[in-house]
Amino acid sequence: MEWQTVWLTVKLASVTTLTLLIIGTPLAWWLARSNAWWKEVVGSIVALPLVLPPTVLGFYLLMLLGPEGPLGNLTTTLGLGTLPFTFAGLVVGSVIYSMPFVVQPIRNAFESIGKRPMEVAATLGASPLESFFSVAVPLARRGFLTGSVLGFAHTVGEFGVVLMIGGNIPGETRVLSVAIYDHVEALEWGQAHMMAAGLLAFAFITLVLMYMIDRRFQDRDT
Amino acid sequence: MSELSVKLQTDLDTFSLDVDFECESSGVTLLYGPSGSGKTTVLRAIAGLLKTDQCEIRFNGDVWQDGTHFTPPHHRPIGYVFQEASLFPHLSVRKNIEYGYKRVSKQDKRIDFDDAVSLLGVEPLLNRAPGQLSGGERQRVAIARALLTSPSLLLMDEPLAALDNKAKQEIFPYLEQLHTELSIPLLYISHDHNEAARLADRIVLMDDGKVTATGDAHLFMTRLNLPLSHKDTATAIIEGDVIEYDEKDQITWINVAGSRVGLSGYTGTGTRLRVQIYARDVSLALSEHRDTSILNILPVTVLGREELDNSQMMVRLKLDDDQTMLSRITKRSAEMLELHRGKQIFAQVKGIALL
Repeated sequence: MEWQTVWLTVKLASVTTLTLLIIGTPLAWWLARSNAWWKEVVGSIVALPLVLPPTVLGFYLLMLLGPEGPLGNLTTTLGLGTLPFTFAGLVVGSVIYSMPFVVQPIRNAFESIGKRPMEVAATLGASPLESFFSVAVPLARRGFLTGSVLGFAHTVGEFGVVLMIGGNIPGETRVLSVAIYDHVEALEWGQAHMMAAGLLAFAFITLVLMYMIDRRFQDRDT
Repeated sequence: MSELSVKLQTDLDTFSLDVDFECESSGVTLLYGPSGSGKTTVLRAIAGLLKTDQCEIRFNGDVWQDGTHFTPPHHRPIGYVFQEASLFPHLSVRKNIEYGYKRVSKQDKRIDFDDAVSLLGVEPLLNRAPGQLSGGERQRVAIARALLTSPSLLLMDEPLAALDNKAKQEIFPYLEQLHTELSIPLLYISHDHNEAARLADRIVLMDDGKVTATGDAHLFMTRLNLPLSHKDTATAIIEGDVIEYDEKDQITWINVAGSRVGLSGYTGTGTRLRVQIYARDVSLALSEHRDTSILNILPVTVLGREELDNSQMMVRLKLDDDQTMLSRITKRSAEMLELHRGKQIFAQVKGIALL
């Protein structure tokens, strides 16, 4: 087993999920509450990776972030170098690719809370920020659970985007899904099997755990 | 002086609201009107939950909102009880009640946690989850939660409307206790005649987005030109002092405008009582009959009369101490008795209910 590859995969999924929770939560709140007419335009951009082939996404990211791309120019000027074929580039790609899986469940959860609990909190003297953390977030915890699990699992399973902008550098960008592909290409069925079976088990156990915790939350809320 | 002044103009989906009223804010002020007359909108504007441009709200000299200034709801010293209890489902009853309480600074805390909890009878519920409570219990918790923010003004939006009759009866005594034991002014929305009669000191009458009248609740109940006196349950609230309790007959005698009036059952002595007399329970006579089963006969003066339909007539009466009451009789009887303004007659009261 290539533990370096496993570790890198877990690290990538964790960093991606955490980043998505930090930027996705305010985004989901805005999508749930705003009355702006262009809200659904933003919503559609967030949802794009659901329907776009990962290679298309990866291709455009490569163009944008590469040395000739506008963002690549920016990162180079800032002294950060270019992002493709680095771990940071992989994180950027994963964040975009997994965004709908995190934002959508949280947005749905925020929407289903309705306005009332926040109004109640305000009449009880809580500022909007206090109400958000003490009322909206706990009430939307099922959405956060689903979003985190799906975001993590989806990042572990991504392949196309990684291949396009990450390549296959051991310890830097070589994650499990790419490693499996490599082993199959090299006809190393045994190794491919071990990794594939491991991922399958991981995915299954994750989903079972998620549904069980979700049911407990649901029981407690009713 | 405690005073609330509300000016509000806004276009809503189905109608436009144009409200301008001032009222003394002590005691219980009832915002009364049919559903859809804009009562809730007014209450939400006072709380700051609704932000509109054309709105001016002042309370006790403080500006809560005008053209340039808007105090957000969490900075207004209000308590708000919604129609549905709206407890936080993720918090225990105790945590729900503490949510507002812990956000009040020490010097502003005027109501003690234990006092409010026992006033509303929610101690045994403190460790439960909101999901385990009945509708009535939930609403009591919501009231305790609002009270413990030590509000300068308590707003209630039909807190009983979503409850069944049994739960209503369960909560009512607590509301009346609030009225008598706390000095927090209460603005209460209702379209229920009985709630109006039992709770209100003052009534702000609303219809179709406008305030149609403001004034003393007891007088309003009997004003013939206002809708309250036209209902089937039209009623008058009369106050009287307890004289004595007759143990043998189990009747409490009270003094109403110089006449002895009997109430069945023991109600305590030495206090002033409020009783409710339905218009349909009052008949009229030109002389004081002694040969009748009716116990309570009061000398009254006719103040006015109003036809309710082709056969029924509502008569407004004044007692010797200027309290007013209603009698619903047939048009034919009214003509036979030649009831006109200023005529001295006798009201025979069949039933009196203690409030």
